[in-house]
Amino acid sequence: MSKHRYIPMTEQDQSAMLATIGVDSLEELFQDIPKEIRYQGELPVSSKLDEYALTRHMSKQAGANANFETHASFLGAGIYDHHVPSVINHVISRSEFYTAYTPYQPEISQGELQAIFEFQSYICELTGMAVANASMYDGATAFAEAGNLAAAATRRKQLIVSRTVHPEARQVLQAYAHGLRLEIVEIGYKDGVTDWDALQAAISDDTAAVMIQSPNFFGAVENVKQAADLVHAHKGLLVVSANPLSLGLLEAPGKLGADIVVGDAQPLGIAASLGGPTCGYFAVSQPHMRRIPGRIVGQTTDRNGKRGFVLTLQAREQHIRREKATSNICSNQALLALSASVYMSIMGKQGMIDVADLNLQKSHYTLNTLTAISGVSLTFKTPTFNEFVIKLPEGTDVDALQLELLDAGFIGGYELGRDYPELAGHMLIAVTERRSKEEIDEFARALEGSL
Amino acid sequence: MTQETTTTTTSVQGHSEEGTSFSTPAQSETATTFSAQTLSPAPEQSLIFELSSPGRIAYSLPECDVPRQAADTLIPREMLRSEAAALPEVFEVDVIRHYTALSRRNFGVDNGFYPLGSCTMKYNPKINEDVARYNGFAKIHPYQHESSIQGALELLYTLQNDLAGLTGMDAVTLQPAAGAHGEWTGLMMIRAYHEGRGEQRTKVIVPDSSHGTNPASATVAGFETVTIPSRADGLVDLDALRAAVGSDTAALMLTNPNTLGLFEKDIQEIASIVHQAGGLLYYDGANSNAIMGITRPGDMGFDVVHLNLHKTMSTPHGGGGPGAGPVGVKSRLIPFLPKPMVIKNDDGVYSLDREGDQSIGRVKAYYGNFGILVRAYAYIRTYGPEGLRRVSECAVLNANYMMARLAPYYEIPYPGVCKHEFVMSGRGLKQYGVRTLDVAKRLLDFGYHPPTVYFPLNVEECIMIEPTETESKETLDGFIDTMIRIAKEAEETPELVLNAPYGTPVTRLDETTAARKPVLNCACS
Repeated sequence: MSKHRYIPMTEQDQSAMLATIGVDSLEELFQDIPKEIRYQGELPVSSKLDEYALTRHMSKQAGANANFETHASFLGAGIYDHHVPSVINHVISRSEFYTAYTPYQPEISQGELQAIFEFQSYICELTGMAVANASMYDGATAFAEAGNLAAAATRRKQLIVSRTVHPEARQVLQAYAHGLRLEIVEIGYKDGVTDWDALQAAISDDTAAVMIQSPNFFGAVENVKQAADLVHAHKGLLVVSANPLSLGLLEAPGKLGADIVVGDAQPLGIAASLGGPTCGYFAVSQPHMRRIPGRIVGQTTDRNGKRGFVLTLQAREQHIRREKATSNICSNQALLALSASVYMSIMGKQGMIDVADLNLQKSHYTLNTLTAISGVSLTFKTPTFNEFVIKLPEGTDVDALQLELLDAGFIGGYELGRDYPELAGHMLIAVTERRSKEEIDEFARALEGSL
Repeated sequence: MTQETTTTTTSVQGHSEEGTSFSTPAQSETATTFSAQTLSPAPEQSLIFELSSPGRIAYSLPECDVPRQAADTLIPREMLRSEAAALPEVFEVDVIRHYTALSRRNFGVDNGFYPLGSCTMKYNPKINEDVARYNGFAKIHPYQHESSIQGALELLYTLQNDLAGLTGMDAVTLQPAAGAHGEWTGLMMIRAYHEGRGEQRTKVIVPDSSHGTNPASATVAGFETVTIPSRADGLVDLDALRAAVGSDTAALMLTNPNTLGLFEKDIQEIASIVHQAGGLLYYDGANSNAIMGITRPGDMGFDVVHLNLHKTMSTPHGGGGPGAGPVGVKSRLIPFLPKPMVIKNDDGVYSLDREGDQSIGRVKAYYGNFGILVRAYAYIRTYGPEGLRRVSECAVLNANYMMARLAPYYEIPYPGVCKHEFVMSGRGLKQYGVRTLDVAKRLLDFGYHPPTVYFPLNVEECIMIEPTETESKETLDGFIDTMIRIAKEAEETPELVLNAPYGTPVTRLDETTAARKPVLNCACS
């Protein structure tokens, strides 16, 4: 009998347990599986490694990847290289948190429940909204679920989406909308922000929601208030996707008229991890409280009158409503919501302002430095937060440029031609507080040298 | 005060016989309550916002080493925040003590036995946590040039193949973030498959014992759900299935072993009925811990499979997430897989394949929950093919052992062999006024996480137990003895059970008021 460090079953155990059950062999426990479908032979999966061999194998695999410690990153487009305070990993490494299930038994899950309640409170503070949920899979799925909510709340089928929204969020929205048979209308952009004339022309009394992102995919700050006024005139809803870190500095979308605010909390102390797991957030104004998808934690009292927390408003959820559910989301991203909460606790009132301001300052210094390079120009003139678009000289081989930058120790920006054919040869540059003036200057030299 | 006295005394009773009694969090809570005698109840845990004192900081940021410009010269004033978000002002020790205190009010697998049926709460290996934190995995960007993430792509490619081999499918997407997300992804592919053949198939069939996510996913994927009753033996009623299928059947969603822990031994016949009607078979992989290396969904006749890596592959549940819900398909569904897929080119270089007109598109940003996929890969490599089979054998043996020992004390509605989990009914205790919920709450006093209760819906007062393979006979015996003791308590001293728990940070909470008058944030500003 093979032994394994995670399995305590000894031969004596096995014999004793089989005897208690009243069978002679393990095989008898599998008699109900027909012979024809019993798997014969060894499973075609990777071979076994001891713990040391596993660490060697995986550190070799990890070592084959350029990362934020080996290279200075100027890549953003939804995932950012922010400083992650040391405290976060210590908190999320406490196994009382990470080895727990969804807090269905509130008496022994008060820690998790309170942490989620605080996360909801943080998100409401940042976004200026009345109610936030316990989190979603990521920003893109939160965006798509916002479309579903808007359609259900307005009983309308049309969603108007700006092309300045993250391309992958729009793709996920497309997939979800196809599921629920909703219509998606995309609106173009002008000088890096939503084309307001086109938007105004498109909105009608059939419009369930206008869906924008601010700062948008190009880094530009959208006029949230204007969007709200336009869609509210037709009794539709405004969905805003917002980078939560930018909200240290930018006005809360809730104060500008947003009905649903969503986004990805990755900038708040969550590892990039090739794009996942991150944590979507989802916040609504009061009238939509009972339509919000996913888990929600509420405050209550125990039999002694003591404050406590429980999962609440569960009548909305799939395990109660089954086929009548409006969303099938079951899990949330609790551990990453915890990361984001710890981040906001560490940053506090002043830190959130300071980190947002550092992003603003360093990205604008970079903007000025890069556009001083001959042949490189700024594509859009609208105000930006920590990302901006540059046009590379005509005929630049962007793929070759990326490889040269990697060799020089940099992860280059995002090539926009991939999603916006009209922007081939344009690069989206992101600059966080982690980039020093020296790195920025060196990056500019490397870029100039490669052109 | 009287109430407090009673509480304290009873909690000590509840603990004394169990020796190690409750987990660290509750022990400390009890100790606090006890040492304070009856002077005051155990204190509430402050919200982090309540610890705030203006002027304190807990952050350290890089210097602004570039020329500073006033924010309102870069962004119009009306777009800037008019007032700062009311976040707490605390220092680093406050943060650590706060979250440490919260963690002590929480119970995880590392604290004790967690036989939560359908959730596979097995041990979460520590080495997997370490490797997922390597810089080369944790600090990489999804849009980096493919040449700079070859190690990550190799891992993903290998995992795609391993999961395909494990389930008997032809291809696997790693993109879905969770089980329900995988269900929806699979159903969208099924819909695209039928539509691609010019067929309008609008109905998804589920048994009445199915997970709640199944019908919810079907709805969100644009289908109608048809629920069919189970037979008296807990298995799919073939006649009901025959009557339900037709030219409008898109798929049957099935968990096998099913949510009662029973293997659907007629699975080949089931597959044949659905396929002959032109429908496809969807495998809900929540119960895969019973069958690894023993049988494969692909060999049973399933066309689409999702796995919950946070169950079968030991990745931590994280208090509710993140998980990962990869989906495997048979060859005829490959064109509909979400994009991108990881491929290996002839020259040995890995890349992301974004092509495919028939793809259902994208179900999540980037490539899935990579950090979770890294852990799952480490898990597979730790066991290898033989080890994975042993995992399932021991999970099934543990469940059957518990069922055999508990059978004299709790009603077993479906006797015989079970797979990795089994259900009991607590209805025998109703004559004493004790319900399954009360049994669950009483278990908390003995340091156990309760089993799943009131699911599946077709078993009255249901108790669903899944021990997993990572628990010893001694642990199982301890839990079984406690369950027997609670059954006796229910008969002899029902009040003791009805008022449980006693040794936890809070007693039973008022969920009705929480839902009727929702307080969903601290409304700090």
